[in-house]
Amino acid sequence: MTGTHLLEVKDLTVDFLSLGGSFRATNGVSFHVDAGETLVILGESGSGKSVSASAIMGLIDTPPGDICAGSVAYRGRDLSSLSEGERRDLNGRKIAMIFQDPLSHLNPVYTIGWQMEEVFSVHGVASGGVARQRAIDILRRVGIPEPEKRIDQYPHQFSGGQRQRIMIGMAIALRPEILIADEPTTALDVSVQAQILELLKKLQAEDGLAIIMITHDLEVAANMADRVIVMKSGRIVEEGEARAVFENPAHTYTRTLINALPHGDHEAPPKRGRPAGKPILEVRNIDKFYTLSSGFFAKPARLHAVKKLSFDVAAGETIGIVGESGSGKSTVARVLLGLNEASGGEALFHGRDILKMDRKELLAFRRKVQMVFQDPYSSMNPRMTVLDIVSEPWRIHKDILEKPRWRDRVTELLGLVGLNPEHAARYPHQFSGGQRQRIAIARALACDPELVVCDEAVSALDVSVQVQVIGLLAELRDRLGLAYIFITHDLPIVRHFADRIIVMKSGEIVEHATTEEIFRSPQHAYTRQLINATPKPKWQTAADAA
Amino acid sequence: MFAFILRRAGQSVIAVIGLLVLVFFLSRLTGDPAYLYLPLDSSEAQRQAFSEAHGFNDPLVVQFGRYLVDLARFDFGDALSRNRPAMEVALEAFPQTLKLAAIAIVLSLCLAVVVGSLAAARPGSLFDKLATTASLAGASAPDFWVAIVAILVFSVGLGLLPTSGTGTALHWIMPIFVLTLRPFGLLVQVVRGTMMSALASPYVKTARAKGVNRSRIVFRHALRNSLLPVITVAGDLAASLVNGAVVVETIFGWPGIGKLMIDAIVRRDFALIQATVLVTAIAIFVLNIAIDLVYARLDPRIRFETR
Amino acid sequence: MTTSADTPETKVSRFQVLRLISRDWLALAAVIFLLIVVGCAVFGPWLVGDLIDKPNFRARNMAPFDLSQGWTYVLGADTLGRSLLARLVVGAQNTIGIAFCAVLFSVVIGGMLGLIAGYSRGAAGTMIMRGADIVMSFPSLLLALIVLFSLGPSVTNLVLVLAITRVPIYLRTTRAEVLEVRERMFVSAAVALGANHRRILFRHIAPMVLPTLVTIGAIDFATVVLAESSLSFLGLGIQAPEFTWGAMVATGRGYLSTAWWIAFWPGLAILLTTLSLNILSSWWRTYADPQQRWRIELARSKKGIPEKRK
Repeated sequence: MTGTHLLEVKDLTVDFLSLGGSFRATNGVSFHVDAGETLVILGESGSGKSVSASAIMGLIDTPPGDICAGSVAYRGRDLSSLSEGERRDLNGRKIAMIFQDPLSHLNPVYTIGWQMEEVFSVHGVASGGVARQRAIDILRRVGIPEPEKRIDQYPHQFSGGQRQRIMIGMAIALRPEILIADEPTTALDVSVQAQILELLKKLQAEDGLAIIMITHDLEVAANMADRVIVMKSGRIVEEGEARAVFENPAHTYTRTLINALPHGDHEAPPKRGRPAGKPILEVRNIDKFYTLSSGFFAKPARLHAVKKLSFDVAAGETIGIVGESGSGKSTVARVLLGLNEASGGEALFHGRDILKMDRKELLAFRRKVQMVFQDPYSSMNPRMTVLDIVSEPWRIHKDILEKPRWRDRVTELLGLVGLNPEHAARYPHQFSGGQRQRIAIARALACDPELVVCDEAVSALDVSVQVQVIGLLAELRDRLGLAYIFITHDLPIVRHFADRIIVMKSGEIVEHATTEEIFRSPQHAYTRQLINATPKPKWQTAADAA
Repeated sequence: MFAFILRRAGQSVIAVIGLLVLVFFLSRLTGDPAYLYLPLDSSEAQRQAFSEAHGFNDPLVVQFGRYLVDLARFDFGDALSRNRPAMEVALEAFPQTLKLAAIAIVLSLCLAVVVGSLAAARPGSLFDKLATTASLAGASAPDFWVAIVAILVFSVGLGLLPTSGTGTALHWIMPIFVLTLRPFGLLVQVVRGTMMSALASPYVKTARAKGVNRSRIVFRHALRNSLLPVITVAGDLAASLVNGAVVVETIFGWPGIGKLMIDAIVRRDFALIQATVLVTAIAIFVLNIAIDLVYARLDPRIRFETR
Repeated sequence: MTTSADTPETKVSRFQVLRLISRDWLALAAVIFLLIVVGCAVFGPWLVGDLIDKPNFRARNMAPFDLSQGWTYVLGADTLGRSLLARLVVGAQNTIGIAFCAVLFSVVIGGMLGLIAGYSRGAAGTMIMRGADIVMSFPSLLLALIVLFSLGPSVTNLVLVLAITRVPIYLRTTRAEVLEVRERMFVSAAVALGANHRRILFRHIAPMVLPTLVTIGAIDFATVVLAESSLSFLGLGIQAPEFTWGAMVATGRGYLSTAWWIAFWPGLAILLTTLSLNILSSWWRTYADPQQRWRIELARSKKGIPEKRK
């Protein structure tokens, strides 16, 4: 395309002050976008993708930020030549932005109506009743039911998906030409994510919006993109037409990312003989109620988080428990580990009920069952060294290993999970997320467990790291004969890992079958929805429609 | 909302009763008031008669029981040192302190919000540095010393302001200045801190992306959010203003409740001590509820939870 | 921005903290002044202790900045002709010592009670919190006055009373932190490993709470110095012949029109001490806030352009 682009970023280089000097967030980044098209900036955390977007909106504070070089031009006009007022006038009117985590990005103390009407009033477009009516129309357009009533509510009274719709409505209120979407669906459940992506596409088609979408999620990227740029450590490593990049990646980093995708291929999962051991864990009719705090006189409300749940786990077997937020899947894990009490039912571990164990039995049980938590940043005491963390089980269960042999065993365990044993004296914060999760696995292995419960153990990690950690878990399973309960919101990720899958919704099991059956012929509509919620590449859907 | 007030009132009543018990028994430890109220050459029999008449000879538990019974009938006893009902004396002094404290807290809150917000809006600027240093100094200054220096300069040196008493508007200037200084200093710090974090918050980023201008961001978007913690701190400060009032009233001879309490303690006037403690405690309790209501008014998240 | 502050570089040595402080002249001045005060508190009585009780009739009510009686009289003398400088230096010991002991007591007591109140779900926690409510529901100075008058003013009682009025602050902070920390994953992880209550409380929770308590203690030190001064000024704090700066101001109050310096210098000493403490805690708050720390970094290099790091 020749002539001036709608928006063009050239050689953008941004530094940030940090302790002991400055940090280069983006380095010579150039890209452009035109009306009606979607440009996706793809990158993992720390790649500088969000900084590029903030620079376009003039949201980088200087200091600590410093735009060392480069320019941002809108319709050929260099934005740095504009006065502060002119620049501000562009924001919201011509270029708008939506963010990840809409709850914190909406002002908690004003109604959404107030916040939407503000867009009209600060740009002098409309005010008072006119602005209010237009806000209601927009809410209707982005799919908020009963907008006349809900306009006077506060952000915390909406669901996550609705808040993102409100953010989008606020952004498109003045029919801007460019919409920057910074990880707009990251905090949302897959089914909600699909709806938001649909909404963005619909608005784009209606208004001819140019969208710059920033994401770390390859499927979202493939679903939205006309063109893609891939960023790593502040630099663009690859760019091109979406289909070309995804089907034929040129750069090794892009290839790593795409190969890390557990979803893309449709080959049958590798056959693994189902372990035909005796069940080590039998869960029977587990119930869990939560009492919600309430007013002084009001009757306390009860939340039925887990409803009559039953399943069992054989030795060496891997069970995947899949569900979206609020499905009760994490509650199951906490109940099984004795962290929360159950409201009813029984859970037999080698025939003994976990829920009725006395202290001594519970201590013995906790040697045999270990847990790996979701967030590797908070699941380890930041003031303990790796050596302390991994050897803590031996401090608690004194008969496992005598003290002089701790160091050797830690070295061995760290080696087993693929960490440098020399790093045992370091603290958790000195490791990356994936490495920390390996430390957590090493700790879980320290007392030779039979069963490891992984609660969203890879969800906080970048895609490429997720695959490595799951690979490690699979390898350990085969070597040590471990059984796993692997809890996740991401159905495709357990495809190659789990023997059986339990799909949960609102505290109940909706489907329970072998992994192969689940993916080949899902019986329940919700399971199908979860499988299909994974966004399809744009070029495929375009071909389907044609 | 009503249930919430009721629950808070219940908690506070327990605290007030605990305090009254504490004060009752502690004040009895200070010694026999008979020595203070009768002439030095009074006989043992006279002192006995005095103690008998005021019930000081009964066991403490009996005295306490009688106190509670009287309390239930709204009889707070007589102030020995003044020969008047203790509550009457306390309620006479209370408005004097209330006026002083109310002016001081409103003044310091308003000044602090403006100064703190402006400092936070341009961090690192000359104004910010001046405001920060001045507020730190205000928060650090011992109030009794500031009062003395003020007297030294404005009364002794320049002869502009009266040293003590009430009456003309001039009498109010120094007490209010001294009383305002410390809360002002502390509040500027709090406002500046909460304002800075509010300005760094995601919703301010959204407002900037919408094209909202700087002053509207500071005074509409950030201020209301940053006021929430400020209100809490201001409430605590308002209660501790009574501390400052004791000092200020003593130095400037202000006939308020702080000075009254010091007098009562020194003169072992048990009924008066108890009456002043009760009045102060109830005032602070009312203030705390008011703070909670203001908080709920400003933060919709609280408003809907309590319903 | 996705760059988190939680990068490995955030750990800095103490040496670096000192170097950063030295770039900010206000903070540096505060450190130096506090070192002098602590020096006076420790060595003062040994250096000039013999001067404080020595009446010198030629120096009675001597005005400051007059060196005719030697350098120790540079700040003037009181009605008995005692050197004010010497009394200030010696008074530092009681002033700082009482505040230090009071803060230490309140941190230890408040911290322990807070751990219990936050960790136990039983009646003990509720009792402790109601007790704190009573203390908090009443102005601290008045409470201290009543208690001191009942128990009799002495240094021990003074420390005790000051500590009691501050305990609720540490108690509440500790409890709030414990409630937050006990919900963290690593505590759940320890429970899942089979750790007992003692281990969880002292090995996992207490070390997380301690730094906060120490920080608040440092900030609160200034408040305690002020509270002690007020009590001593009102005559219910320290009793003669012992004295603190607050008591010195009270003594000088009667001579305002004739010898202003007797009340002025000790008050100034209190102001500068508490101001220094507050300046340092304000500096520390900026330093400890990852979002603001760059401001300090910026101040260290001239012209505000920091050295580039690749």
